[in-house]
Amino acid sequence: MTLRKSVTLKTHGDIAYARQVAGELMVEIEASAIKRTKFVTAVSEIARNAINYGQGGVITFHLAEASGRKRALAVCTDRGPGIEDVDAALRDGFSTGKSLGLGLGGAKRLVDQFEIVSTPGSGTRVSLECGPR
Amino acid sequence: MPNKNTMAAILSTDFDRVLSGWLKAQTKEGVKRADLVSAEESKEQSRDLLSAIADALPDAAVDSELDLTETVWDPIRDVLETITENRTQRGVSTTEMGWFIGSLKQPLFEILHTELADKPTEFMREMWNSTRLIDQISLHAIESLVEKREATIERQRAEMTEVSAPVVKIWDRIVTVPLIGTLDSFRAQTVMENILDAIVQWEAEVAIIDITGVSTVDTLVAQHLLKTAAAVRLMGAECVICGISPKIAQTVVNLGVELPNITTRVDLESGLAYAFDRVGVTVARG
Amino acid sequence: MMTINGCVVVAIRDDLDDQEIVALQDQLVDEVARQSAHGVVIDISGLEIVDTFAGRMLAAMAQMAQVMNARTIVVGMRPAVAMTLVELGMTLEGVETALNADRAINAITGDRQKIS
Repeated sequence: MTLRKSVTLKTHGDIAYARQVAGELMVEIEASAIKRTKFVTAVSEIARNAINYGQGGVITFHLAEASGRKRALAVCTDRGPGIEDVDAALRDGFSTGKSLGLGLGGAKRLVDQFEIVSTPGSGTRVSLECGPR
Repeated sequence: MPNKNTMAAILSTDFDRVLSGWLKAQTKEGVKRADLVSAEESKEQSRDLLSAIADALPDAAVDSELDLTETVWDPIRDVLETITENRTQRGVSTTEMGWFIGSLKQPLFEILHTELADKPTEFMREMWNSTRLIDQISLHAIESLVEKREATIERQRAEMTEVSAPVVKIWDRIVTVPLIGTLDSFRAQTVMENILDAIVQWEAEVAIIDITGVSTVDTLVAQHLLKTAAAVRLMGAECVICGISPKIAQTVVNLGVELPNITTRVDLESGLAYAFDRVGVTVARG
Repeated sequence: MMTINGCVVVAIRDDLDDQEIVALQDQLVDEVARQSAHGVVIDISGLEIVDTFAGRMLAAMAQMAQVMNARTIVVGMRPAVAMTLVELGMTLEGVETALNADRAINAITGDRQKIS
């Protein structure tokens, strides 16, 4: 697994930059248009979550290669209050803010692998993984 | 120069003896598969692999440092590539592939035993080293075989999905796709992609999905259809599902499957009539 | 942003960040009022991705224009974007769609002619 880029998430402008980096990574793994759009959208969702609810954080992009198959990885870490009930947060319609509450569960459906680790009081880490097809 | 008690030395002096012993062991283990691979081919493959091992051994570590991915083993992996390619095509099983290489142990251990009869410690060490090497080669061959098979399956699946969901332009601004068989998530995804691309390509306003040939419509299939219809609408077109046979209508209702906000028609004919109406085409008998 | 046959046509660029989208929303309602437009066409063919935020903004823009009595149609959504939005559960039910700006403008002006 090689680190490609790391994007600090502070302002809403950083989300657009994270999307751009995610898009470049998907081009590098020769992903289809649909996979690229899905991955970039998922990155946009979790990056926005980190800024809106996690008091900002950092998202790192990695390239993983196993038996000739390339995969894109994004790991987003924030230092926010954490999520009390992760299962509930993944459900559609769940929102502590004024959003539709489709972000986290939606992001999960858009990628091949989704992992979320949240410790109330010390922040949330979301990992997204996506192959080219 | 390594002494005769190593595998390298045995292969350099007793190559032909090991080879013929190996071929015999293959026959005895029943993994020769004369029906799939000819005796001549088997002999050639075995000789190539054994030569590659013999060539690589003097320079390579066969102890705990053994790593088959190192460059010194390149020739062995190349030979294995050719062998597995050939055997995958012939339909050799993974067990047979494993034993084909594993049976090399028998002649080798026999010679080791004769040579090191009075040196049990060295005998054990050599046994372990050669086991390690042969097992690694065997595992690599099995992995390579499985990989090749998966590639074949993947290719066939892609081909099948492509031919099983052909979206055609049936009229100006109308496209249609007949669905046949089962609609799993993977196929549903491909069907959706094909329809959306066709809508862009033909600037279609109506997409007719004919499910006459779909064997069962359960909640999952209904969900796929709903998603497709929603995506079609987002693109600015409309989706018509036709081919709802009486049997499908019954199961749909009995299962409690709902298809809200979707236009459905009994057969392709009435689906097409609806589509004509939508795009403003009037059909008259001449 | 331009006006064709009494329709405000707005094309959304891909690299817009959240603030710029909000600014565009303000601009659009101002324009609809200024032109007393009876139609709005939002062209998103330039958008490679639409996330839940952008989707919500689109729906809001359509609603606002509708409240101002302008029929609003979103056009040019890419297949990959449509599939992603459906996966997100964002089907924009209240928003009218069309394949491209021409069809949308035709639909809106045709509608007006029928009424008058």
